[in-house]
Amino acid sequence: MELVKQNNPQKVVRATKRKKKLSTDHMMALAFLLPSFILIVIFVYGFIGWTGYVSLSNWNSLVPDFSFVGLKNYLYLFGDFRFQADLRNTLFFTILFIGLVIIFGLTLAILLDQKIKGESVFRNLFFFPMALSFVVTGVVWQWLLNPSTGVNLFLKTFGIQPKWYTDTTILAGFKWGQIEFGLPVAMIAVGIAAVWQMTGFSLAMYIAGLRGIPDETREAARMDGATELQIYWKVILPQLRPITVSVIIIMAHISLKIFDLIYSMTGPGANFVTDVPGVYMFETTFRGNYYANGAAIAIIMLLSVAIFMVPYLIRSRKGEA
Amino acid sequence: MKKKLILTFLVVFSLILSACSSDTSSTGEKGDGKEKLDIFSWWTGAGEEDGLKALIALFEEKYPDIPIENAAVAGGAGTNAKAVLTSRMQGNDPPATFQVHGGSELNDSWVAADKMENLNDLYKEEDWNDKFPKELIDLVSKDGKIYSVPVNIHRSNVLWYNKKVFDENGLKAPTTFSEFFEVADALKAKGITPLALGDKEPWTATHLFETILLGVLGPVDYGKVWTGDIALDDAKVVEAAETFKKMLTYVNEDHSSRNWQDASQLVGNGEAAMNVMGDWAKGYFVNDLKLAVNEDFGYIATPETDGDFIVITDTFGLPKGLKNADDVKKFLGVLGSVEGQDVFNPLKGSIPARIDSDLSKYDQYGKDTIEEFKTANLAPSLAHGSAAPEGFVTKVNQAVNIFVTQGDVDQFIGSLKSAGSELK
Repeated sequence: MELVKQNNPQKVVRATKRKKKLSTDHMMALAFLLPSFILIVIFVYGFIGWTGYVSLSNWNSLVPDFSFVGLKNYLYLFGDFRFQADLRNTLFFTILFIGLVIIFGLTLAILLDQKIKGESVFRNLFFFPMALSFVVTGVVWQWLLNPSTGVNLFLKTFGIQPKWYTDTTILAGFKWGQIEFGLPVAMIAVGIAAVWQMTGFSLAMYIAGLRGIPDETREAARMDGATELQIYWKVILPQLRPITVSVIIIMAHISLKIFDLIYSMTGPGANFVTDVPGVYMFETTFRGNYYANGAAIAIIMLLSVAIFMVPYLIRSRKGEA
Repeated sequence: MKKKLILTFLVVFSLILSACSSDTSSTGEKGDGKEKLDIFSWWTGAGEEDGLKALIALFEEKYPDIPIENAAVAGGAGTNAKAVLTSRMQGNDPPATFQVHGGSELNDSWVAADKMENLNDLYKEEDWNDKFPKELIDLVSKDGKIYSVPVNIHRSNVLWYNKKVFDENGLKAPTTFSEFFEVADALKAKGITPLALGDKEPWTATHLFETILLGVLGPVDYGKVWTGDIALDDAKVVEAAETFKKMLTYVNEDHSSRNWQDASQLVGNGEAAMNVMGDWAKGYFVNDLKLAVNEDFGYIATPETDGDFIVITDTFGLPKGLKNADDVKKFLGVLGSVEGQDVFNPLKGSIPARIDSDLSKYDQYGKDTIEEFKTANLAPSLAHGSAAPEGFVTKVNQAVNIFVTQGDVDQFIGSLKSAGSELK
């Protein structure tokens, strides 16, 4: 969210204007920023560095052992059934989650933007799940999608009994490494819960975006004889692209780091069909005492988020200049 | 304006500082300078929490001037609590005393990391050396030095069954594997789930596997597996895996969405007939489901383990580096006394670790188990961390989790073998 703010061109202008008469203000700003700067350097970047160091060490028991072993922990992980399954699950979960959050958020936003009655009621209705923590969502959906209770009692009347998150099927699977690569059906159940929670967020983003498009643009398009469908497809949607990028970035870092939802809803799942790196890291570090392996997982998670974040940061810096 | 800003800045900064300093002084100390005894455990379930509270009340009655605090962390089988404990121990902020299973969980971790005090003197002072079974003291000792005080005993290898279901179908509780499969087939034909399993947390499946392993190998060879004297790809272990695989074909379909309580519930309400779980399940049957022992549900040793006893013992030790070590010893003294054990165990639903406790305080299951405990061959539990280091157990849990779905015996044995490098 902060990143979006930095983009604001007005601020940049103001800042350059003030530059000359700043000395005391400058000192004040520095004094205010310094504590958080120091804390972040130590407790965020310092410990990222420490985690990286541990991930290259041999510390895989309760007794710390910092002898250097190179990439041994990483090599172990990439050959490990559970971690390969984690990568597969995260990949499909991310695609499913981001795709559906964008589609539902955008559709609902467009529908709400039709100047309907009671718009704020609907907006709040869709936004409320955001107020819950993932743990609550996880517990609720664990009950709802429990194969022997929950929605299945209702679906029974139609003669269908999905196994939801206990399903161990891998759709369109083929053998890859140690695992069956394909869409884990159980992950769809987790995706439903996550989408339910986060759609409100993308909805709010898109509504703000839609409101930012001046009515004149639409009217001009109408004057030129464009149909409503064309207006949305050719005029409105292209202008919403920056919003979509922001939604993708924010959702991607949630989905790549997801832990609480899965931990409270399904756990690792049978055959690790709903396991993700976050859960594996927690269990291997704090239950198995494989600290170096856990640190390696953490670093891999950081890098996977960086793949999304770094291009975005570079782009927004260019926009500033 | 600027002065105001500076002032606010100073106020905020001093607030932060004071928050930090009050934080450090509040850990453990009370007004009179006595350090608080924080008793760390994962006893937050129905019966066990009552037991712990009764124990703490007994201590407060005896030592009213020592402040004591229940620092329990919730979470199945202690998995969350162990994570918290590890962080505290690594950060040199140990609790006054903490729950730890006797065996490898104590000896290969905290004792090996040199974080525990030797308690031989306390045992001598309290005259405990012949009050606990020798095999049990061995479980909490390393190289002849005792490191913790056992408070209770749970049995892992118990088969619980729904009496009504068995009586209605004219079945007898199975004592061998072939009897088990006969019974299971008969139940399956009637449309009743023969065996309930709830492996949302994978340790429950490992728990089932360890009882099969004991049944196939017998107590002596079972022990040798964990010391490395019998290879993990031994023909007997493979046979146990095959039996395990066959048993898994009789479990409820939604096993991976259930925890052990949910599985016990299936047996309680007659949807399933049998369940293998430690004897904490009895507390669940009696207290939560309001069922009567030997009326609604029955119990028997798991197939081919009659006379064997997979023991899970909760123990408490004394971490190194505490200022109030003498107070902790007083607590351990209460914990190991007949009075302490008899106030805790009837509520928790376990049996006392001492051999001279008051039998009249226990229900029929307790009395039977106390009798069996005296003569049975004791074996350490794998799933509960007594038999092998946590690192090995974690890997076995992973292998079991994959095996439950895939049923590939070769792959399972292979994973066990590669995990075996963790054994000493």
